Amino acid sequence: MAKIKSLDDLRVMKESFQSKINLREKGENPGSHVQIKVAMATCGIASGAKTVMEFMMEELEKRGIESVVTQTGCMGYCYAEPTIEVKLPGQEPVVFGYVDTKKADEIIEKYIKNGELVEGIIPMNYETIDN
Amino acid sequence: MRDLSLHILDIIQNSVAANASLIEISIHEDVEKDLLKITIKDNGKGMSKEFVKIATDPYTTSRTTRKVGLGIPLLKQNAERTGGSLSITSELGKGTILEATFIPSNIDCLSLGDIAGVIALTVSGNPLINFIYNHNINGNLYTFNTKEVKEILEGISIAEPSVCRYLKEMIQSNLEEIQIGTFGYKT
Repeated sequence: MAKIKSLDDLRVMKESFQSKINLREKGENPGSHVQIKVAMATCGIASGAKTVMEFMMEELEKRGIESVVTQTGCMGYCYAEPTIEVKLPGQEPVVFGYVDTKKADEIIEKYIKNGELVEGIIPMNYETIDN
Repeated sequence: MRDLSLHILDIIQNSVAANASLIEISIHEDVEKDLLKITIKDNGKGMSKEFVKIATDPYTTSRTTRKVGLGIPLLKQNAERTGGSLSITSELGKGTILEATFIPSNIDCLSLGDIAGVIALTVSGNPLINFIYNHNINGNLYTFNTKEVKEILEGISIAEPSVCRYLKEMIQSNLEEIQIGTFGYKT
């Protein structure tokens, strides 16, 4: 592929972006995508959150999983960084700690694809007993 | 932090948290003056004079999930280690300017790292914020403005993974053209 340089090249590429989006939106379950949040505060970045986020974005697209990967702040689990929150459609979000690219791969293959839980989950209660 | 690009990624989060709608990142490399300057300017909510004074203190943070805030102190430490410095100017309601200078020839100076990746990740991670990124290497300037990119993309979101990857490549090849790495440090 020729080197990408200018905004004109971007204009040329636009159609291919659009066709990818169309393809995805015509998929079986439009709107039901996996939501992933990568904790990107000082603690997360210092432990490699950027690599994990890039890996997630790339691999989920490659493996054809409908997903949105976004950044979030520190979730308070600095000791377990990098942490990511994965929300499967219609389910409660789950937080995973000590995520490197190997762990991220495992999360995609086991949890996201099959719903199997993998090691490294940080227990988080969104609802307390009181309510 | 392993390199300066990660520091930039980190500091930008402060501007994002301050509800900025425009964030300007400027990197100026000057081999003759042996100087590397990173400036991050935002139009967020700004800080009071008192808060600016304590912003470089590791026990200062605006968050409630923990009691320490290491982003700015770590950057300050890394800048000062090379003989450089860090300064913050801020005005409530107007925004904040953070400036860090480094002496690249110093052995303790971190490499710049994957700056193209950091910019691409940041702009697509914050699709509602506009970013301007200026990188000047020995007088050769490259400017990246998300406003222009968004105009070209029209309806397509800048958050699309394929767009993010594309932007990274675009920034990278432009930086190569203005000779990234003329300082001799690893890029």
